[in-house]
Amino acid sequence: MSEVIKVGMADLNYANSPDTIRTSGLGSCVGVIIYDEKVSTCGMAHIMLPHSSLARNGDIHRPKYADTAVEDLIENLVKRGSPEYRLRAKMAGGAQMFQFASTNEVMRIGPRNVESVREILKSYHIRIISEDVGGNSGRTIEFNPKTTVLEIRTINQGIRRI
Amino acid sequence: MSYIDRIQPAHLDILKEIGNIGAGHAATSLSKLLNRTIDMEVPSVKIVHFNDISDFVGGQEETVAAIFLRIMGDAPGNMFFLVPIQEATKLIQQLTGDLSITYTTLETNEMGVSALCEMGNILAGSYLTALSDFTKLNLQPTPPAMAIDMAMAVLSHGLLELSQAGDYAIVIDTKIQEKDELNTAQTKGHFFLLPDPPSFEAIFHSLGVTVNE
Repeated sequence: MSEVIKVGMADLNYANSPDTIRTSGLGSCVGVIIYDEKVSTCGMAHIMLPHSSLARNGDIHRPKYADTAVEDLIENLVKRGSPEYRLRAKMAGGAQMFQFASTNEVMRIGPRNVESVREILKSYHIRIISEDVGGNSGRTIEFNPKTTVLEIRTINQGIRRI
Repeated sequence: MSYIDRIQPAHLDILKEIGNIGAGHAATSLSKLLNRTIDMEVPSVKIVHFNDISDFVGGQEETVAAIFLRIMGDAPGNMFFLVPIQEATKLIQQLTGDLSITYTTLETNEMGVSALCEMGNILAGSYLTALSDFTKLNLQPTPPAMAIDMAMAVLSHGLLELSQAGDYAIVIDTKIQEKDELNTAQTKGHFFLLPDPPSFEAIFHSLGVTVNE
């Protein structure tokens, strides 16, 4: 029996085939998946903010920020026996849910999250195989580590697979 | 120590009263706008983890029409008026008199969207005016923005400010409803008030209550 492993907001988790991993209601948040196809394993994070330097108090909840979440995903996958060179990534999210006349930095958080994930993955030389980012729709995503297909559901555009 | 740890039950009661006064005025405005009786429920004030916030409106992937305003002034924060999609459609039909609008065409109907936004503006305006009169704080809403999407996706937008200070939000939720012929309550929508962390002190202070360090 396969299970669907859930990842909450500002959280991360891991899945091995035949299980799949899922996170719901990504708005400006970004869902990033790092996987090792060879052993059908993956980790997923639901990131809210682009950088841990934004935290206003001392204790940083690491899965919330792009830099610390991606770091943890990579480190843990390596610990579980997947060498860095075999890791690949996919991501989705980073939408702008509300359209405003003003261009406040908080309103641009979606694109900033995406940019930040790209940068940190690049620093680890991990390739982004596919992505579905931006726009203004909420997304629910599910990743299957066996097929490495990322399924993206939106309310208006139905289901996409990347 | 996080600001949330310093909140006592008495503080929650004050916030409840704020929800009461604000949403009470908003419900009256909506009554006048629709020429129907609109009731409100006793507000609930809860400290919730981000992941549970969409439970108020039926789950993370529930489709809602959300009107979002940023509150500026002495106690900044975010405000949402969330309406389940079926109810939003009914509201728009009543406001525009156009019965051909359905919830699939809602988002592309300019007149309908504009009507719903304006309604959100009026309701939020009366909520904030009442709150401002009560606390003597200067509060102004930004123009409303609307989105029809998954509850979690729209709500997360209002959590960004808070998320830099913690993983919990103090939600002041007031449900407004209308009774039908059979006297069963139909939920019309939810008002969510999400003050920024420093705003709690401003609110309590304005009412002569202190938050102990």
